[in-house]
Amino acid sequence: MFAELLQYMLSGLTIGAIYALAGLGFSIIYNASHVINFAQGEFIMIGGMASATLTASGVPLPLAILIGCGGAMLVGVLVAKFAVERARNASTVTLIIITIGASIFLRGVAELVWGKDFKRLDAFSGETPIQLMGASMQPQSLWVVGCAAVLIVAIGLFFNRTLTGKAMLATSHNRLAAQLVGIDVKRVVLASFALSAALGAIGGAVVAPITFSYTEMGIMLGLKGFTAAVLGGLGHGPGAVAGGLIVGVAEALGAGYLSSAYKDAVAFVIILAVLLFMPNGLFGKRGTERV
Amino acid sequence: MRNRLLSTMAAMVGLALGAMAGTASAADPIKVGAIVSATGPASFLGDPEKKVLELYADRINQAGGVAGRPVQLTVYDDGGAADKAASFTKRLIESDKVDVIVGGTTTAATMAAVPLVERAEVPFISLAGAVVIVEPVKKWVFKTPHTDRMAAEKVMEDMKARGLTKLALISEDSGFGKSGREQTVAVAKERGIELVADETYGAKDTDVTAQLTKIRNNAAAQAVLVFGLGQGPAVVTKNYRQLGIALPLYQSHGVASKEFIRLAGGAAEGVRLPAAGLVVAAQLAAEDPQKKVVTEFTKVYEEAFSSEVSTFAGHAYDGLMIALDAVRRAGGTDKAKLRDAIEQTKGYVGTGGIVTMSPKDHMGLTLDAFHMVEVKQGDWALVK
Repeated sequence: MFAELLQYMLSGLTIGAIYALAGLGFSIIYNASHVINFAQGEFIMIGGMASATLTASGVPLPLAILIGCGGAMLVGVLVAKFAVERARNASTVTLIIITIGASIFLRGVAELVWGKDFKRLDAFSGETPIQLMGASMQPQSLWVVGCAAVLIVAIGLFFNRTLTGKAMLATSHNRLAAQLVGIDVKRVVLASFALSAALGAIGGAVVAPITFSYTEMGIMLGLKGFTAAVLGGLGHGPGAVAGGLIVGVAEALGAGYLSSAYKDAVAFVIILAVLLFMPNGLFGKRGTERV
Repeated sequence: MRNRLLSTMAAMVGLALGAMAGTASAADPIKVGAIVSATGPASFLGDPEKKVLELYADRINQAGGVAGRPVQLTVYDDGGAADKAASFTKRLIESDKVDVIVGGTTTAATMAAVPLVERAEVPFISLAGAVVIVEPVKKWVFKTPHTDRMAAEKVMEDMKARGLTKLALISEDSGFGKSGREQTVAVAKERGIELVADETYGAKDTDVTAQLTKIRNNAAAQAVLVFGLGQGPAVVTKNYRQLGIALPLYQSHGVASKEFIRLAGGAAEGVRLPAAGLVVAAQLAAEDPQKKVVTEFTKVYEEAFSSEVSTFAGHAYDGLMIALDAVRRAGGTDKAKLRDAIEQTKGYVGTGGIVTMSPKDHMGLTLDAFHMVEVKQGDWALVK
């Protein structure tokens, strides 16, 4: 009984950690530009695909992840520069639609570059399951949760301790005022895309041994990440992390105790309920401030 | 403003989620139309299918065509969307005026095309698996792949031989998995196998330990059957080993490609599944009638694309060959005669098995077409 619950919790936390990283990516970009970047899932895909294909051709794993990360950051900056920035004066909804377009475009390009089949990436430290009070987990799960935790802490430090981070925070609070005190808002937007892309790409690389990578892996992960971000309150970093973990665990419990047929429905029922009854999410500030 | 934005976002999440009888002269091309899912989620099926159709149309034309007439192939990619499959079928019938249609990679795409070909009276050979395509028999619709019902029967036959009678089922919530689930439930009843668990998972799920934990805690289960396509079954297999479940694991014919072994890695060892002769070409006995066909096809395919042959590629080959063979026997492309000739296909040795169709059977394969294989040391091994 307890072992069962523990198993569901472990599964939920593993996948929840990835949702949290994706959700954090949504929040960072939302803060800097008020854009919901639906190409976030594609950053995850780029990280996963690059590390899987590069290691398959003999590149050492850390280098492969680094290259994937760099590639994703470059793509993120290009999306910001050539798709989002050019439409700066368009409404937010238009910008969101642009990011959906960008995500479809990126999937298409990835299909040309990497092909359509699934890629396998070996687990970082073997596949012998770890037994824990009757439940078992793959060692890779620890990598996923650990990497997510390190990245989340690093992002927190970056925003609160560095000048660039503080500039990004300032932009999120008041764009005009930030501009007036000399912050280059355009660069902040670019940096936010690069940062989100890096988060996504690392997430994609650590999760690839569990999920396999393929060009469409980002769609569902992106949507779940969005759910996480909305649940936590858009633009609220720790909220997105909590949201991701909640969605992951809710899914696992739903599949375990209700019916596995409703697994994905759980996430989307959550998002509908949040949008209807708590549009500011669990931790978000009141929306009236940000019109 | 913000509320409007949110409702728009909610909407976006929602989003994100007459044939003409021509008078054919000898040099008129035989117009073969095809709809396959070369891109999209079913691309691992549709992409090899498309390649095979193009490759063999070329080869046949270089060899002088069929009865002196060249083959003109028109392929459309439905991207895995049934509505697109329907509109491309319409285009094949109305603007391209094809003589016969091969395709419908997925069951959903096939079923979307069926009413159109039935109305326009164009022979249609589907490449999809579900039994609903040919049962009940539709006058103009045929198919080449084995059905999910056959896979379920083969698995339960093997279970019986091992003295197992209680099966736990975990199926994918895709068209293939759903149909497979229905057939498994039906076949289990007929064969006296008790279904003790009935779980599902999403085609894109990355973790199914929750469902498998339920099965592990089910003391009655003696064997587990997974019904799915693509990477899902590989995820299930990995999670299955992770949880240390010791019951025999069966998969459907939907994973009968090397891709599955590659993805699941060591976890695939010991998995049993029904597969066509094509995947075990080298291990077939020399006197097996399929031996020559599948060895030849494997060689041609692997030389042309330098990738491993899959059963799905074989289905497309069989579809094209049955169609062209029927054109030869019908002495032309008159649609009614062509349809009759396809229905009279007898003893055609293909990659999927030996096909003998009849007015009651528009697939023409028997259970013998399946071989039970087990994964051993990263390769398929025939279960004797």
